[in-house]
Amino acid sequence: MLELQNLSKKVGSSTHINDVSLTLEKGSLYVLLGATLSGKTSLMRLMAGLDKPTSGEILMNGQSVLKTPVQKRNIAMVYQQFINYPGFTVYENIASPLRVAGVNKKAIDIQVREAADLMKLTPYLDRGVLNLSGGQQQRTALARALVKGAELVLLDEPLANLDYKLREELRIELPRIFAEAGAIFVYATTEPQEALLLGGRTVTLREGSVTQFGKTIDVYNNPTNLETAQTFSDPPMNVIPMQKRGVDFTFSDGQVSCPKDLLGLPDGAYNIGIRPHHLMLNQSEATTLKIQAPVSSTEISGSETFIHVSQDDLKLVVLTHGVHRVGIGDHIDIYLDPSKFFIFDQHDALVSAPNVGIA
Amino acid sequence: MEKTDNNKAWLLVIPVFILVALSAIIPIMTVVNYSVQDTFGGNKFFWVGTEWFTDVLRSERFHNALGRNLLFSFIILCIEIPLGIWIALSMPRKGIWVPVCLIMMALPLLIPWNVVGTIWQIFARGDIGLLGHTMSLLGVDYNYTNNIFDAWVTIIIMDVWHWTSLVVLLCYAGLVSIPEAYYQAARIDGASKWSIFRFIQLPKMRGVLIIAFLLRFMDSFMIYTEPFVLTGGGPGNSTTFLSIDLVKQAIGQFDLGPAAAMSLIYQLIVLLICYVFFTVMSHVGTDKPIEEKVE
Repeated sequence: MLELQNLSKKVGSSTHINDVSLTLEKGSLYVLLGATLSGKTSLMRLMAGLDKPTSGEILMNGQSVLKTPVQKRNIAMVYQQFINYPGFTVYENIASPLRVAGVNKKAIDIQVREAADLMKLTPYLDRGVLNLSGGQQQRTALARALVKGAELVLLDEPLANLDYKLREELRIELPRIFAEAGAIFVYATTEPQEALLLGGRTVTLREGSVTQFGKTIDVYNNPTNLETAQTFSDPPMNVIPMQKRGVDFTFSDGQVSCPKDLLGLPDGAYNIGIRPHHLMLNQSEATTLKIQAPVSSTEISGSETFIHVSQDDLKLVVLTHGVHRVGIGDHIDIYLDPSKFFIFDQHDALVSAPNVGIA
Repeated sequence: MEKTDNNKAWLLVIPVFILVALSAIIPIMTVVNYSVQDTFGGNKFFWVGTEWFTDVLRSERFHNALGRNLLFSFIILCIEIPLGIWIALSMPRKGIWVPVCLIMMALPLLIPWNVVGTIWQIFARGDIGLLGHTMSLLGVDYNYTNNIFDAWVTIIIMDVWHWTSLVVLLCYAGLVSIPEAYYQAARIDGASKWSIFRFIQLPKMRGVLIIAFLLRFMDSFMIYTEPFVLTGGGPGNSTTFLSIDLVKQAIGQFDLGPAAAMSLIYQLIVLLICYVFFTVMSHVGTDKPIEEKVE
């Protein structure tokens, strides 16, 4: 069990990590989710012991490890770049942590072959690691982290430099491998999708602070604040200002009657959060609100199209299936279903999420 | 597509032909021409075949000069490569001292060979040179004009002073390209400084080291100016390297035939040794090249 207590890290006048407290259990996977510079790597470096926190405490199985040097902490780390010993073969690379630990040759051989098998590296064991593809290099790095039998395995965007197909492949394999290893796995990523695919628990980070911590799916469905909701949505969640007056939600473009289960909400100003795939281009029974706005740009990614619209202060992204051709500047109708609304109060705290109701 | 008939392409190709002809083919063919003929002046030549080549290859003078060259290059590589690596490792990776160090390192490279030679020739003189005079005051018997060992040491120091920077700069470029994550990973593994050097830095510098090695070999094997300025090849013939001997024969004695044959042999030796070095070094530290393309 790894406990972080009120951990802060300041460098000069800038705060990299701000008062983070987390408890990480053995045999579980934790996803650190946040944009670039949100503090994921800084937090990992503190967990690893590569950096010393400015204040706070780190306990491993109840013992403070702040004074333990990094090489004695029994951790393994995998990076975005493919870090292996450049002159070694795949076999020697995987074996290296065991050799340092002084394991005997036979045991090394068994463990290396097991890890290679798990990471599908068996045919390449005698290859120099630099003669492999990026995916195989990263598999080698992962295998090395696994054989070490570390209590804490830190993965810092390990799939970010891989091409799309390899990333998909490893994403599917990794949770299974993690489950077998029984260590504490911490996985940093910028991609909400990756967090959802990996499952486990998610810590959302923003500007060095934890905005939410919980089961990945719960954090996704029920982000307690707007910041978390924004982090955990790609493209970011659309935000539309709204006034509740009596039984109506009033928008700059019109109004809808308030859904029944939200009638208890006090009158006032709110922000509506709605995910891009919940904005519809076609009217249906549930979509009782219509917004008309000019298209500012479109991105077609094969099976999906992102349509960006903007009018005055309002900027929305619509995610729709299939390829849609819309001209820039065309006014399009966007339909909204109030039952898909996340509702945040003036302090950006969640008051209601779809399928969950008022918090 | 219809083919149009015009010869404009020649206009683009001819300048290259002329350039290559003037800069490489004609000079080399001139040398080849001299190497197979003899002349008694008056622009009269007659064919001697491979006589000059056998003469040169059999002459003790050539063997001795070649031996000196090989020894000199060997010593230079043994000193400059490790020293260059060591200095590159000791240089700061970031901060305000980086440009200062880089400029300091680049300075010797900007100085012409004969200026380096003259600087050291004067610096090491026993009567007026700071180094030479200090040495004699300290009671060290140092005199490059009549002591073979002293002359060699002086030339080696000149070359090390002049060219180690090149190795340093190449190695430094190799070092700064290593991502920080490698060092972090090494710290996590508990790797010692030596292990980091042996298993991360050295393999990562392999490419630039091959270049440094080849450049320094070629250049040191063609040493001319420093011994020429210092002692003119002396004391005796002790610092008469191939290039100095070549100039003596070609310009001093005006033996154009043997000089031409010698310069061709000299060039072939440089090419051959470089080829061997390159082939061997490209294979050291890597496994066999990939035969089949892998997924």
